[in-house]
Order: sequence, then structure tokens, then C-alpha cells
Amino acid sequence: MPTDMAGNLNTPVLDVRGLRTHFPLGRITLKAVDDVSFTLRRGRTLCIVGESGSGKSITARSILQIVGPPGRIVAGQMLYSATPGAVPVDIAKLPARGKQMRDLRGREIAMVFQEPMTSLSPIHRVGWQIAEGLLAHGLMDAKSARARAVDLLRQVEIPNPHEAVDRFPFEFSGGMRQRAMIAMALACNPKVLIADEPTTALDVTTQAEILRLIKRLQVENGLAVLFITHDMGVVAQIADDVLVMYRGEVVEQAPVEELFAAPVHPYTIRLLDAAKKLGMAAPPARPNVAMGPVMLQVRDVSLTYPAQASLFRRAKPPTPALRGVSFDLHEGENLGIVGESGSGKTTLGSCLIRVLKPTTGEVRYQHRDGHIVDLAGLDREGLLVAHREIRMIFQDPFASLNPRMTVEQCIGEPLLVGGILEGKPLQMRVRQLLGMVGLPPDVASRYPHAFSGGQRQRIVIARALALDPRLIIADEATSALDVTLRGQILDLLLELQPKLGLSFIFISHDLGVIRYFCNRVAVMYRGEIVEIGSADDICTHPQQAYTKALLAAVPEATPARRSLLAS
Amino acid sequence: MSEAAIAASPLATASEAQLTWLRFRRHRLAMFGLVVMLLLYGIAIFAEFVAPFSPDKSNARLVFHPPQAIHFIDDAPDGWHFRPFVYGYRLARDPKTLAAKYVLDGQRKNYLKFFAHGDSYDLWTLIPGNMHLIGPEDPAQPMFLLGGDRQGRDVLSRIIIGARASLSIGLLGVANSLLLGIIFGGLSGYLGGRVDWFIQRVIEFIISLPTIPIWLALAAALPKDMSPLTKYFCITLIISLIGWTELARVVRGRFLALRSESFVTAAWLDGCSRKRIIFRHMLPSLTSHIIASVTLAIPAMILAETALSFLGVGLQPPAISWGALLKEAQNVESIAAAPWLLLPGAAVAITVLALNFLGDGLRDAADPHAH
Repeated sequence: MPTDMAGNLNTPVLDVRGLRTHFPLGRITLKAVDDVSFTLRRGRTLCIVGESGSGKSITARSILQIVGPPGRIVAGQMLYSATPGAVPVDIAKLPARGKQMRDLRGREIAMVFQEPMTSLSPIHRVGWQIAEGLLAHGLMDAKSARARAVDLLRQVEIPNPHEAVDRFPFEFSGGMRQRAMIAMALACNPKVLIADEPTTALDVTTQAEILRLIKRLQVENGLAVLFITHDMGVVAQIADDVLVMYRGEVVEQAPVEELFAAPVHPYTIRLLDAAKKLGMAAPPARPNVAMGPVMLQVRDVSLTYPAQASLFRRAKPPTPALRGVSFDLHEGENLGIVGESGSGKTTLGSCLIRVLKPTTGEVRYQHRDGHIVDLAGLDREGLLVAHREIRMIFQDPFASLNPRMTVEQCIGEPLLVGGILEGKPLQMRVRQLLGMVGLPPDVASRYPHAFSGGQRQRIVIARALALDPRLIIADEATSALDVTLRGQILDLLLELQPKLGLSFIFISHDLGVIRYFCNRVAVMYRGEIVEIGSADDICTHPQQAYTKALLAAVPEATPARRSLLAS
Repeated sequence: MSEAAIAASPLATASEAQLTWLRFRRHRLAMFGLVVMLLLYGIAIFAEFVAPFSPDKSNARLVFHPPQAIHFIDDAPDGWHFRPFVYGYRLARDPKTLAAKYVLDGQRKNYLKFFAHGDSYDLWTLIPGNMHLIGPEDPAQPMFLLGGDRQGRDVLSRIIIGARASLSIGLLGVANSLLLGIIFGGLSGYLGGRVDWFIQRVIEFIISLPTIPIWLALAAALPKDMSPLTKYFCITLIISLIGWTELARVVRGRFLALRSESFVTAAWLDGCSRKRIIFRHMLPSLTSHIIASVTLAIPAMILAETALSFLGVGLQPPAISWGALLKEAQNVESIAAAPWLLLPGAAVAITVLALNFLGDGLRDAADPHAH
């Protein structure tokens, strides 16, 4: 372990100058990274922030020369100095498959990837995967490498490291896998750690733990950390310096306090505004509305997946996905359902619209004309009627539109199959709906592939609105979108709500989004609603321990209040 | 991406099929395969016209005639002309062994011409004609571009006529398989549960059967006095009885994958009937994959026909297919005497390779993110 770290802190370890990585694609060249410069210093964290496609991951991969073909580093220097004052090596000049480059990878510069589910080999034991780097670099023999693996697992706070070392990745949860990935990255005592969205696939509470872990290891080992993220909250919590990328270019680079206090570039300003709007410190967008009559009564809804027995397997005990969920939804109200992955929030949404049939319980829905039905027990005919008033918006805008149908056909489908409109009036209605969601009417004849994620989500909203519904269930409707688009889509829904007399059940893992959009919030944990109340109350005075933990884990987009790493 | 900018290129209004075609065109090997296959099927359709002779025209004096190369430039005493010809062969006896052998006769030129009049035929048994793409100016003169066989018949003509049976058996067999595959694979994938379990076990049973013995047994069970045409259809049926299982699995897999796509759920919530979900929403997304799988399944059919006919239980002479032609090359002596008898095998290889290239290209174009 380096002991003279204190003296070396802040000395540059990697100096990137004018890096350009291009992807020649036939006639055009995609400039994924275009003239990017930055300096990584020992003991400091540089965050690269930007929306999807801005080139942040390609920048990181360029440093290790692991850009996939046809990508190529076409210009720039990457000066790496292993010890302060040493003659720097220009990584950009090293052949990508050469020995020098391989010696650098893992030993000097290590990387943690985004997806913990796929970045570990499923057929090798965790300990072996951690030790592999040590063995490959010839740093240790097998026995001491194993001892080192145990030690590393202890460092990344995995319980029972002696046993965990012989486990397979599938026996680990997502958070534990990411810890194992970090242990792997740290195995050879690298000087630089590159973390490419290491917490994006994780729940907020797990994210907070991983961020704390990286910080601790950084302080202990004097690591220079390059942290890639799209989440301004995470940036505010962990960064020393920030680099904002937009379409392959650096638009702004500043120390974190400076950037948040006085952003200069319009894109940075937009990004920060969007983050603050959906942050926990912003004033809630919606005051508590005067409540209308109850339109949906959910009583004691449970869903249990039956025990699955097969020829060679004994029946597993039945798994409850929902346990006794009850709540009311009033007309004109937005109810948020928040929870971490596996909490049953999506299952609940599917039960309400009867994509899934609850095992027990009632979902009493009052139609526009006043008659009440139990959605849980309804047959297909009854559901056809109910589905005209209750519509759904899905998470992935790329999967929820039929790629073989034009926008017009997609939006018009419910009107057509319902026998409500056809021919010319249908066309008119589709154009009117497109206008409502802010798309020009002449896009009707295009196919979904011509649209970006945000535009597709608008098309999905138009389809949901086609039948003039009363209730819309939105399942993670903004999760797949970049933060600036998220706000726009939420505002669009809020703007349409009073005009069309809509109510929403909004399912999300993102407390900021829920807080911005909803009047009331139900917090779900392991298939149950643990707390339900007004959005403001839940966010400021949570009663339950779980809600408190959830709130504490939300990274706040204010560098001045770094609560996340302190606790 | 800016919200306001909506892709305005012509691609924006391109349908999925057009995009697939664009992607396919970039695949050079697949385009090559497509061209070769179009050519081969074109030849098979107009076989009687493309073939220089009638495949059954035999000549006992021209047994195992060697292949003759075409020369295009005629170096006549009065300067050269463009006039294709082949050099004639003389039948001579080896003075020691007395074995008959062909000797190139450099003096005798048999001139050829395009659109020559020769053996008469009925194209598709409908249109009578006697014009051939290429043939000797004097129909009585021999021309063996790929040599002659045991009975002095032109191997090239026989390969070209044989293409019709071999290539169409591939298509018909696949059409049968596809029908069975879509019905059973679709049921299996869409209904799931017990139906799926049952169909999958049946498929596994069929796959576990040793194919060649089953084919042999089935083909041997066909009555001997069947007309060649009936026999042809029976063979097609026998081959496709095994072939449908692969396609059924592909269709089932795609159905299972699609069933969980949210646009299918959305269609259900839109109030679509089961029929509409399958035919309007799911099948269009499947077509390109199915076309690709079908293209990759044809070679197996062609190979199966070749194998059966080679073993003597498929199409029997006088019916002509590539497999039946290869039967001629079953013993070492004939191969030693006339190696060109193996050329139908080259035709099979070219076809199978071209179809595989084509199928690979189609699959990549249909699903560019599969890798």
C-alpha cells in the first residue's frame, strides 16, 4: 500500500490532450469523441457527465484502447505517469494489442462497467475472476492471489469473504456483483479507476453504498477516479471536477462547486435546471388538489405466483409478488407508486389494468357513466369497455411501438379496432392527437425508427389519449429518457391533465420524478405498500424506516450538501 | 438529440421492409448469393431452352465423350472472326491395349451459334420449340461442353434439366415445412402451457429419429409403379416431414420473444382480438426472420433429395435430378473414365453455398442487433 500518498495527492497521473475517437461509417464519420482534454489527479474524482450518445463511455474506453471496431483513436495524447515526476508514457501511441498496453490495463488503469449482470463471467468463481488479473500480470502465485482475493472481498465489504470467494456470480445480488467488480478492478493496485456508470443499473440505496465504497477506497489508496454518469445528483455528491460532454465535445469543465453555482454553457444550464426541477430540493410542482370522488378502489390485492413443479424439480413454495395492497384513487389525482426493483410496483400496475390477474382482492373502478365494476373479476368483454377509459404508457419507448406500423397506424389502432373511427375522420383525429403531444401532423406517415426516445414517448402518449381516457397508468414512463427530456414529458402530461380531465397512476423508482408529478405517493417494499400519503409529507416527514432510507439515498444535486457520502 | 429535429431524410418514411433491403444490399456476399440463385432458378425455369440438347438424346458412338472447350475467335486464313467453335474429337484405338479413346482433332472445327435450332421440346410441356441458347450450327455435330455420359448424353443438358427437379424440390419441401412449422410453432409459442409442452416433445421425438434410415424406409415403401411426378411429390413430402421441426422451433422462439414485447401488450390493451394480434402485430415482425430461416432450410432439402436419389430411393431414372445424375458416378471406374460425371455435385455445392450466403445476409439484415 502506498504510504507517501499525502505528498503525491493532486499530482497528475493521466493527462489527456486533444483526444479524438472517430467511427468511420461508410460515407459519414461519427465523431464520438472530438477534441477532449482533461487531467486526472491522484486522490481526486473527475466526473464526465452527459446524455446518452454524448461520447462519455467512448472517452473512457479510448483510454484503455478498448473501443470496438470501427472506432479508432485518430488524434490526441494520453500521457500517463505511474509515479509523480516520472517520464510520462503516451498511451495513445501504444499498439492496442501490444504488451505495454496489456500491462497497463488492469494493473495501472482499471475499469468498472455499468452492467453488473453481464460484466462478470457466469461460469467462473468470483475469487478466480478477481485473482485472474494478478496471475495474468504475473504479480503473484495462485495461493497468494487467492488470499488477496479474500482480502479484496473484505475491503469491498462483502460478508463472509472466505466463503464468497468460491461463489459464482449468479449467487450474488446486483450490488454484490458490482462490489466484486470493484474488487477485481482494485486487485492489482491500479493508480487510476475508471467507473462507467457503475451505479446506473442499481437501486438508489445500493447506489449510495457503492458510491461510499468507491470514495473510501479512493481515500485509502490515493486513486484517481474517472466517474462517468448521467446523473447530476451523483455528480454533486462525489465529484471534485466535472467535465460536461455534448455530442462528442467538451462544452464545459470546472470544479464541481463552481459548475453548479455558475454554469456557463447553455447546455450545462439546461442540464442543471432539469436536474434541479426533478430534484428533492425543488418546490413540488403540484399543490395538493381538492380531491374529486373516488374513481378506483383497490382492496387487498394480492398476487402469488403458483409453485412451479416439474418432472425433476420439487415444487418451490409459491412466491408472493403482491401482498394485500389497498388504496383509493380520486378523480383528477396523480398517485405515485415508488419502490426499488422487485418491490412489486410494476406487478401492481399490471394487475390494475388486468394484464395480470390478481390472485385475490378487488379493483373497483367507477366508469364515466357511474357504474362500478371489479376489474379483477372482469371478463374480456367487460375489459374491452374498461380499457377504453384506462390506458397505459410503457417504460421502453423503443419496444412499445410496433416497428412495422406507421405512427398513424399505431395511434389509430385503438380507434380502428374499437370501431369508433375510420378513414378520413380517423386521419383527422390522429393529426389532432399528434398536435396535442407537440408533434407536427406531417410525421403521421413515418415509422417509429425515425424518432428519438422522447418523440416516441410522445407518440405512445398520443396512442394512450386516442380513446379519450380517464385514467392513465404510466409504468416508468420517463425512466428510459435523458433528464432534460424527462422534465418535458412530465410537463406535457401535466399540461394535458386539466384539459382532458385525466388521472394518473405513475409508477417509478425515481423519487424526484414522483415528487414533481404526483399529489400522493405510495411507497412499496417487497410487495406491500409500507407508507402512503401526500407527496410533500412523504418527502419531508417520512414515517417509516424504509421510506427514510430511500430518501436518504437519493443523491441531491447540490454539491454544498454532501449527505450521501457522510452517512 | 434535439426534440424538435425529426429525422427528415428519405429513410424517415422507409418501412421496416425497405430498411431490411437497404441493410441486405450492403452485404456483398449475400448479394452475390442472391444473383447466383436468381440465375440458377432462371436457368431451371427455362431449362429446355438453356440446355443445348435434349437430355435423353443418346448416341452409342459418343460414350464418355470428353468435355470440349469453347473457342470464340476463329483464326481463319482470311483473318480472324468472332465465331465460336469447338474442336472435334476422333475415336481411336490404343495400338497396344486396343482400348477406345478420344483424340483431339485440331483440324476439325464444329462451329456453334447462339439461338441455334436443334432438338425440339415442349417448354413446360406447353410451348413447342426447338431453339436453344447455344448449339452447333449443324445439329448433327456433337458438342459436349461438360462431356458425355455412359450413353453418350450431354452432361451439361442433363445438369440443367436436373436443376428443375432439385431446385423445385427445395422450394416445395420448404413450403410444406413452413406451413407445418408456422402452424405448430405458432400454436406452441402463442398458446404456451401444455400445448407447447406437447408440441415440443413431439418435435424432439422427430428430431431424435435417424433421418436417413427413416427416409429410406418411407421412400422404399412407395409403390414401384408410381408415375415420376407422383413420386416427386411424395419425396418432397417425405423430406419436409422432418424439415418442419427446425422452422417450428424458430417460429416458436420468435413468438415467445414477441409475446413479451410491450407493443403486443399495447395491442391487447387497444382491444385487438387474438387473431388481429397474431396477424397484424406479430406475424409482420416475424416475416423477415422466417424468410431468412427458410432460405437457410432450402439447402438441407436439396441435399436430402440428392442423398435419397443417390442412394437409389429418390427420383429414379428416367427422371433427372442432381442426385439421380450423381448416381452415375457411384463406382470408381466410371469416375476414373469420366470424372466430369461428378459435375452435378458441383452444381449442388454452388447452390447450397449461394443459398447459405443469401440466408446469412437476410438474417443479418432482418435482425441487425442479433450479434
